[in-house]
Amino acid sequence: MNVLTTPFLTGTATGAILLLAALGLTLTFGQMGVINMANGEFLMVGAYAAYVTQQVISSPGISIVVALPMAFVVAGLLGLLLEVSVIQWMYRRPLDTLLVTVGVSLVLQQLAQDIFGAQGDPVMAPSWLGGRISVFGYEWPHRQLFTIVLAVGSLAALNAVLRYSPFGRRIRATVQNRELAETMGISTRNVDRVTFFLGSGLAGVGGVTIALISGTNPTLGTSYIIPAFLVVVVGGVGQLKGTVLAAWGVGVVTAFLTDWTSGSWAQVITFALVVIFLTVRPQGLFTVRTRSLA
Amino acid sequence: MMALPARLLKSYGPLIAIGLIAYVLLGWAPGSLSAFRLGNLGKYCALALASMGIGLAWGRGGMLVMGQGVFFGLGGYAMAMHMKLEAAGPGNVPDFMQLYGDGTMPSWWEPFRNGPFTIVAIIVLPALVAYVLGYAILKRRVKGAYLAILTQALAVAFATLLIATIKQTGGFNGLNTFTTFFGHNLYDPEVKKNVYRIAAGFVVVFLLILWQLYRSRFGELLVATRDAEERIRFLGYDPANIKLVAFVVAAVMASVGGAIFVPIAGIIGPTNVDAAASILLIAGVALGGRSSLFGPVLGAIAVGYGRSALSEKFPTRWTYFQGALFIVVVLLLPGGVASVGSRLKSVGPKLKSLLPSKAAIADVEHAQAEEALA
Repeated sequence: MNVLTTPFLTGTATGAILLLAALGLTLTFGQMGVINMANGEFLMVGAYAAYVTQQVISSPGISIVVALPMAFVVAGLLGLLLEVSVIQWMYRRPLDTLLVTVGVSLVLQQLAQDIFGAQGDPVMAPSWLGGRISVFGYEWPHRQLFTIVLAVGSLAALNAVLRYSPFGRRIRATVQNRELAETMGISTRNVDRVTFFLGSGLAGVGGVTIALISGTNPTLGTSYIIPAFLVVVVGGVGQLKGTVLAAWGVGVVTAFLTDWTSGSWAQVITFALVVIFLTVRPQGLFTVRTRSLA
Repeated sequence: MMALPARLLKSYGPLIAIGLIAYVLLGWAPGSLSAFRLGNLGKYCALALASMGIGLAWGRGGMLVMGQGVFFGLGGYAMAMHMKLEAAGPGNVPDFMQLYGDGTMPSWWEPFRNGPFTIVAIIVLPALVAYVLGYAILKRRVKGAYLAILTQALAVAFATLLIATIKQTGGFNGLNTFTTFFGHNLYDPEVKKNVYRIAAGFVVVFLLILWQLYRSRFGELLVATRDAEERIRFLGYDPANIKLVAFVVAAVMASVGGAIFVPIAGIIGPTNVDAAASILLIAGVALGGRSSLFGPVLGAIAVGYGRSALSEKFPTRWTYFQGALFIVVVLLLPGGVASVGSRLKSVGPKLKSLLPSKAAIADVEHAQAEEALA
């Protein structure tokens, strides 16, 4: 059973991190057409938020509880700053936002390296995350379970906000038809800003879980941004259920492929599978129906 | 009607500029620059070849290709394999295979002993890969950001694969320590100069090719596809085919750049072909002007020069500079430096339009005359 359960459980945990990274991407991409390549750096910011919190509050158990909202707010504010300073001027040129945010991500990486050093720093996990539980003969680390719980919790919270709060209604209206939403008196500019804050903040939360598993690193975001985008592309833009399914799928498939071949071949095969998938379903798993030609 | 000389200048003006670039690169530089500077310029020329392909695909075709490093690498590795086998001597195995592996050579290395085969492979291999990939994604109307992300993912996968296959490709160190280039000793200064001349010559040849391509019907169709794909489709063309041609040509250009990069730089490794390298190529194109003929070339040389000058003095500042370059250029000057002239020009008419023009006055007079008749 270990042959199947190990990659399945590890892959699910990877999928959970990918989900946290991809939620922000799919929100901003679906709503504003903005491709935020700096989203990986918000993971990094979240990881360093956990590290800094731990320097102040040395008890790992308390610091992790403080770090989660800290990471959410810090990464979210940084995302808000990015939106206000750069992205809001470029809504008519979505492809160019990709390049600008590439520039932003380079600057953020170098900043982190200058502040914290090129070497990564470890983040201590609290003792209740150090254990393992036995699942079908596989000793599953609590940290991976924690990642999944956190991702599912964030997803549930986001879903509740989108579905039941007046603010979520405004986001959904803006995604479906921006002009019509504006005629109903919704300030889509404000909606955009808050969406950016939420998406970046979620990436920050994802960063905390990465810090617990593998510590911090200035270039930590680069290894997650492309898989996260593949998740968005496969899941279909602007839909939570597609993103969830795709994140889980990409995580688990990559884990199985890693098990059968090696980490690098798994990356190559996953990429090939995504290309093949796109030739079958170019619009992704689920899409918002529109009448636009493209 | 324009006067004849003005029309000739409009049609053949770029030819004069290409001639000027040819003179600087081929006539002036080899005699005036030190061997070290000339070698650097040769590297920038090799990168410029790839940038010209990006200019075609992105500037004219609207396809932001973020994985040109892959095609640069295909050409580069093909050339490096040939030179590695040349250095090893007939029947022998490249040194690193004995170092990392068991001294046996994979069978797909064997054909690269042959020089003509290598040259054909440098053209055909990237064209084939680009065709298959381009066909799969362009025919299904995958475009815009999706295309950019997929090509970047391709670059990431390619570099990872190279690092993982250390026994076959030299892994992270890549392929290096070459001795000869098609039988000519690479340590000979005159041979080095000639290798540079090949790189610079390709820049001039590619400029001529692109100049003709942009003037042609195909060039117009490509721009039309970029600006209004649906209209082109309704007119009965298949935009995917038009874009596919640009994508394949861009890949071959990058591959030739990679192939000539290897004898000049003396090395090719994953860091020359990964996502970061591909993004650096785009930085040059964005700076110079993505849709202009000369922008990508001059941008690539400027970025190459700026990078080595800045990273010599302040090693970490280059990353800030590159990041800032992207932000400032794309945000404030999306047409790159090449668009500065036309931007200034467009200010003139705007000022003029504030005053009533002769045509407008004539229109008013005409209308008044008609009113009078009625």
